[in-house]
Amino acid sequence: MTRKTLLTLTLNGEDTDVATQGTVTLLETLREDMGVLSVKRGCNQGVCGSCTVVIDGAPVRSCLTLSAMCEGRDLRTIEGYEADRTMKCLQKHLIESGGIQCGFCTSGVLLSAQTYLTENASPNRAEVKSALSGNLCRCTGYRTIVDAVCDAAEELAQ
Amino acid sequence: MTVQTPFTGGTVGVPVAKLDNAEKAEGKALYIADLYLPGMLHGAILPSPVPHARIRGYKLDAALAATGVVAIVTGDDVGEGRMGAFIKDEHAIAKGKVLYVGEPVAAVAAKTEAQARAACRLIEVDYEELPAILTPEEGLAEGAAILHENVEDYFKVFDAGSVGNLATRTVLEEGDVARAWDGCDIVVEGEYTTQAQAHVAMEPCGALADVDAAGRVTLWSANQSVFRVQANVSESLSLPMSKLRCLTPRVGGGFGNKMEPHIQPITVALAMKAKKPVKLILTREEDFEMVRARHPYKIRMKTGAMNDGTLVARECEVLLDCGAFADDSPGVLGYSLLMCGGPYRIPHLKAHGKLVYTNKLRFGAYRGFGNPQVSFAGEQQIDEIAARAGLDPIAMRRHNMLRDGDSWFVGPKIASNGLPECLDAIEKAVVGKRVDGTPRNLGIAATAHISGLLGTGAIVRMLEDGSISLNTGATDIGQGSDTVLAQICAERLKVPLDMISVASPDTDGSPYNWGTTASRVTYTTGRAVKAAAGKVVDQALEYAAQMLECDIEDVELRDGGRIGRVGSNTDLSFGIISARAHWLEGGPIVGTETLVFDQPTHDPKRAVALGLPFPRIGIFSFAALAVDVDVDDTTGETRVLEAWSAADVGRAINPRLVEVQLEGGFVQGMGYALYEEMVWDGPKLANPSLMDYKISTSRDVPDKLHSIIVEDPEPTGPYGAKGAGEIGLNVVPAAIANAVYGATGFRHRHLPLTSERVLNGILSQEGEV
Repeated sequence: MTRKTLLTLTLNGEDTDVATQGTVTLLETLREDMGVLSVKRGCNQGVCGSCTVVIDGAPVRSCLTLSAMCEGRDLRTIEGYEADRTMKCLQKHLIESGGIQCGFCTSGVLLSAQTYLTENASPNRAEVKSALSGNLCRCTGYRTIVDAVCDAAEELAQ
Repeated sequence: MTVQTPFTGGTVGVPVAKLDNAEKAEGKALYIADLYLPGMLHGAILPSPVPHARIRGYKLDAALAATGVVAIVTGDDVGEGRMGAFIKDEHAIAKGKVLYVGEPVAAVAAKTEAQARAACRLIEVDYEELPAILTPEEGLAEGAAILHENVEDYFKVFDAGSVGNLATRTVLEEGDVARAWDGCDIVVEGEYTTQAQAHVAMEPCGALADVDAAGRVTLWSANQSVFRVQANVSESLSLPMSKLRCLTPRVGGGFGNKMEPHIQPITVALAMKAKKPVKLILTREEDFEMVRARHPYKIRMKTGAMNDGTLVARECEVLLDCGAFADDSPGVLGYSLLMCGGPYRIPHLKAHGKLVYTNKLRFGAYRGFGNPQVSFAGEQQIDEIAARAGLDPIAMRRHNMLRDGDSWFVGPKIASNGLPECLDAIEKAVVGKRVDGTPRNLGIAATAHISGLLGTGAIVRMLEDGSISLNTGATDIGQGSDTVLAQICAERLKVPLDMISVASPDTDGSPYNWGTTASRVTYTTGRAVKAAAGKVVDQALEYAAQMLECDIEDVELRDGGRIGRVGSNTDLSFGIISARAHWLEGGPIVGTETLVFDQPTHDPKRAVALGLPFPRIGIFSFAALAVDVDVDDTTGETRVLEAWSAADVGRAINPRLVEVQLEGGFVQGMGYALYEEMVWDGPKLANPSLMDYKISTSRDVPDKLHSIIVEDPEPTGPYGAKGAGEIGLNVVPAAIANAVYGATGFRHRHLPLTSERVLNGILSQEGEV
């Protein structure tokens, strides 16, 4: 075990200190030490996307990110988007389309979609499918999720 | 309570949003891994490295001395109890023997998960290795090593006929198949194999157990039935059911994986030994290696017909790899035989099969429950006969489909059958060409699936303020049964949906529910909900008549939770009626209903059945599927460009949720058809990770996936409803295989249809292989 160090970062807009060790992943720190449970462990291998968080505006897999590398970074999880217009719109459309089933992948899907729409405000369907391809969902078959993101983009553009 | 939402004329048939949407959209839904108790320990499991061995002993000293370790459980800590849905053959944890690579051999509870995992690596187990049985054929061979030496003594819930490694055998026959072949003009025959598929619910399995000072256990877990959890823990740990309270948080998908036990018994054993709460969450790799998967099948099928395409006879023989424990396998075997004729009139039909123990993880329930495998064979043979009879695939199916008044294979009459409309719908929908003007390359298939099975109940309570509490014990695994059952309840009570809260399943307070499985909740539990809500209405009408000082015939249920006097504007709210009942006269208003599905599977006057695992099963949904498939003749890559899935669900209580079931089922079936495969390297699973076992991503799915809802109301169903959970998956491999035949001229009899396999098919047609 490596020595514990104190990590300072911004979590959902608030400056936060948390103790960490060299080998601990951001997923573990968020869930076990910071009580952020919306971030899910689906594969712990960087494949499923259920653990997606946003670091300095970019979607990142927290299971592949060491906490120690997050010193001074701006970290956001789904809880940090309560006032975000894009996120609100995505959530509304995901609910309307039927794109939420078991919900285990949902936070990750929403964070990937939100950061993608911030980058590309008017994507076509193929681009949305590509942007979401790192977030696995076993329930929906994806059509409803892709619809929701496309519909949200359209509404936000108005 | 003030009712905010006016009643708008019914909630059944309305695509209302799921009740759990907001908490899931905001990341607030709590799953098993998200539950924490004060002083809680974390569990980890030591899996067996060998497929078949006697356990001579354990060395636990080093692990017990490791940092943070509080307790270790091995087979020595559990008694002789064995669990199992059909054959009680499974201990809580390996005891005496290990039967597959990955089987839990020991479990550690420690202060952190990392400590528990580290301690597992310090445990030494002394194994006396035995020959491994890796295929059903090896298991049946003379002199084969036997997995369960005492299989004949195990408790079984049906006539299993277990002997040696044969877990069970089932035979069903109607008509006289042996004599029917001579009368057939066309006979097609083939041998088919299908692969193991992993469920890959996004949430891995997990459990959290706590034991109180009196020794009573509270157990939360990811499950599809708190009552099956209770039964399995009770049997394997020899605890009275009354000492076990089982609950469920939100569940991150099931597909069959969470129906029967995973690590709940081990978690309880750890908590009992540690005398502290213990949470155990599987890694993805463990979930692949330890839990269960879809059965690999070997199928021999022969079908005979007249020159005009009229089906005459079919024989289907299946050989199932059971894995190390019977689990739901006898049910899967029996059900696949029951479904192997498809939704057709086949006067002479014989289905028989064997289920053989092997040293692999248990195979068990998986969406479709044996139907996809036999449909892969059967629906291809229907196409082969159609071609020889000169019929197009839809006409062939229409010519032979079951009609009103017909009976299901070996069983009772079918009351509702929307297959004709399903076939009409897809025939109409596929007209035309692809967007780029090229002709479609279609594959067609049809199927049916049950909705009625086993016991269920509902408790509907009118609370003091007139709002409604619904408690069924049915676990919503994400598909939306809480919403659908609330819709049925709301419709019967004529109240808006937001007047109803749905209780989470809890064995202390919920009525029995066998489980969220077999496409049964909407139909079977929905019936109980409607009846229980009806009893609440009756009671409220009676009290209202007393309050209005009139005869019960003179009061009526009105929209929005009110009861009025017929012919006048005078009415009473549920709140006033319920308050009087609670505080003054009559007693609290509670409606309860329990039922067990009682339609016999088998009509002994008409058919022969041996080793039938389900004596009572029925109520059929029907479906037809069309796929437009493109095959790259250079690489063999097969892609579904468009699909039309038409399903008769009796009545869609919530059409949007039915559509998502059809779509989700299609995509899971497409993965099964094209690329998903669990591969073993000897006895060890070679691809137990999402890196190596690929499921469909958003880029793999067709852009156009059309769900077509057909409604042929089931007379016994709640508002006519039947099941919708599995039917969208059943014939995806068959329809895709039929389309690949159309594109390549090669008939594929082995799943999955990987690029390599499809390319080899193309090359063999060209004489290059």
